[in-house]
Amino acid sequence: MTPLLQINNLKASVEDMAILKGVDLTVNAGEVHAIMGPNGSGKSTLAAVLAGREDYEVEDGTVLYRGEDLLELEVDERAREGVFLAFQYPVELPGVSMMNFLKQAVNSIREHRGQEPLNAAGLLKLTREKAALVNLDPSLKKRSVNEGFSGGEKKRNEIFQLAMLEPTLAILDETDSGLDIDALRTVADGVNSLRSPDRGFVVITHYQRLLDYIVPDFVHVMVDGRIVKSGGKELALDLEEKGYDWIREENGAVPA
Amino acid sequence: MPAALIDKDTRLEDRFVSAFEMQEGLSLNGSNDGLRRLRKEAIGHFATLGFPARKTEAWKYTNIGKLLKRPYALTFGPSDDSVSASDVEALLIPDLEAHVAVFVNGHFNAALSRLDDLPEGVVVTGLAEAAETHTALLDAHLARYADSEGEVFTALNTAFTKDGAFVYVPRNAVVEKPVQLINLMTTAEDALVQPRNLIVAEENAQVRLIQSSRATTEVKTFVNAVSEVFVGDHAHVDRYEIQDEGTTTSMVTTLNVYQQASSVFRNSTFTFGGEVIRNNITVLPDAEQCETHLYGLFLADGTMHVDNHTLVDHAMPNCFSNEFYKGILDGRATGIFNGKVLVRQDAQQTNAYQSNKSIVLTDTASMYAKPELEIYADDVKCSHGATTGQLDEEAIFYLRTRGLTLQRARALMLVSFARAVLDNVTLEPLQEALDAMVTARFSD
Repeated sequence: MTPLLQINNLKASVEDMAILKGVDLTVNAGEVHAIMGPNGSGKSTLAAVLAGREDYEVEDGTVLYRGEDLLELEVDERAREGVFLAFQYPVELPGVSMMNFLKQAVNSIREHRGQEPLNAAGLLKLTREKAALVNLDPSLKKRSVNEGFSGGEKKRNEIFQLAMLEPTLAILDETDSGLDIDALRTVADGVNSLRSPDRGFVVITHYQRLLDYIVPDFVHVMVDGRIVKSGGKELALDLEEKGYDWIREENGAVPA
Repeated sequence: MPAALIDKDTRLEDRFVSAFEMQEGLSLNGSNDGLRRLRKEAIGHFATLGFPARKTEAWKYTNIGKLLKRPYALTFGPSDDSVSASDVEALLIPDLEAHVAVFVNGHFNAALSRLDDLPEGVVVTGLAEAAETHTALLDAHLARYADSEGEVFTALNTAFTKDGAFVYVPRNAVVEKPVQLINLMTTAEDALVQPRNLIVAEENAQVRLIQSSRATTEVKTFVNAVSEVFVGDHAHVDRYEIQDEGTTTSMVTTLNVYQQASSVFRNSTFTFGGEVIRNNITVLPDAEQCETHLYGLFLADGTMHVDNHTLVDHAMPNCFSNEFYKGILDGRATGIFNGKVLVRQDAQQTNAYQSNKSIVLTDTASMYAKPELEIYADDVKCSHGATTGQLDEEAIFYLRTRGLTLQRARALMLVSFARAVLDNVTLEPLQEALDAMVTARFSD
């Protein structure tokens, strides 16, 4: 079976500074992969390159999504093809109402899939159903997207959008950062309810705690722009206990 | 009726003065003595004031002289009979029940108007007719609020005042349905049209007005419109102006508002098209507890030029004013916002707010924002803010990661930006119509 995502020797830079130095990663449908690593190791850059952020220059390597070249696609084409990025820092959209935003996003994707656009009633029903998954305060739907939302509300809103858009590949960029334990549980429950045999997840996190709630199938450790160690969920616990230095040492890097 | 062609070789102002002398006994005839006297005084003021030079501060960014040099014909004639109901139909707001007064080249056209179910005592007609039928009201209000001594375009308009809209809402009368004033420009030659509008809302009266204009010809037209609004004690006047002209029409509009105690005046100006548009608004809340709202939205592209000048002159205590203008500039368009709030020494407890936000989409478009607060009272709450920026690239990226094309993402951001002004339109069908116009503008 064709993997959902197949990254080979991916190298990327920003302003001539190499960040990704040869990343290899394969994600199959139904799997949850966690990518851990110290700050500055390139985790968020990987997420940004996959989503199509233009600030990054891909120098080498390939990214196949369902067997097709992902890097050839525009940002919005990737989204319509089923790639979703949950932002580490969701963007505020002043004046853009949540409902209008959701309508346009959902219908852009439905249109691409050859489905009828949802009408107002259909959208409201879907919104209600999905908002419940992450306990999103219903009054937020009346506001502008992310404007004046608390950190936790913004993160819930990302997972809520994930639920609304039903992507095939979801990339969660430090969704746990800034969340207290209750919010973390809620967000994790939301993600868990969206796990399915057709969907793959790449969960980027600095801390092991999130992985107590979203239990991954694979854990990868990224150091200095490369995935240097991969294993099962128990690898996350080792990292929690011993920190990242032992991995750096194993790989001949200078400890931080 | 003859139209006086402006001769190319004489001094610009003199052309108008001689046209005045030629027309005074002819086409400007037939109305009351008061009006005749006003015109005569005004042409004198006009000759003294002269058109703004490039160095005139209030016209710094708008070279109006260049436009006026064109050989526009002055039109005085009666309404053009070739206009049909379908021309009017195109300017009606869908689903909005309104009293409709139609003007052709600035002249009232009763046949095309729909004014049969106005409330008792309410008058909507042409100013020329009102000069015959409502002489006392004209004597009491016409040219009382507009400034012919200080404003050259007002002086010019007053000198050539012939027709325009006259709306009278007597004491305690409430006009439930809005009144739509439509001016169609149909001239076959390049023309200068000078409508003169007078709105009188007496004590405790209420009225909502929608003013729109449209040229149905391809010739160049220049509109120099002056509107005076009297808002009596406890009266409410809501006024909406829609400027959606093609690239062959330029406009100078001057609105002077006089507010009495506890009155509420709301004005919204929507500028979506035109060659050069200059809007002057002056509001004088001349008694306590007045409330004034000025909203504006301008969308300019190509080489369009939009210049909004406003002055709220707080002379009396305990009044509130709020001003909110937004603009989006594309192509090589130019936008200007010069909003002045004057709080005189006696105007204690004034609350005055002003905000101007603009988005400039290209390197070749420009926006000049000049907010001015001049405060002589010591117990007031006033604020102003002006921001000019570009579309937020982060926001566009975010929207694209949710599946919206670049075009749709931009449209959503721009429509949402504009919608903050549309939110203040209380007539729902009008709000929807404006929303549709803005959305269509930015959609692919």
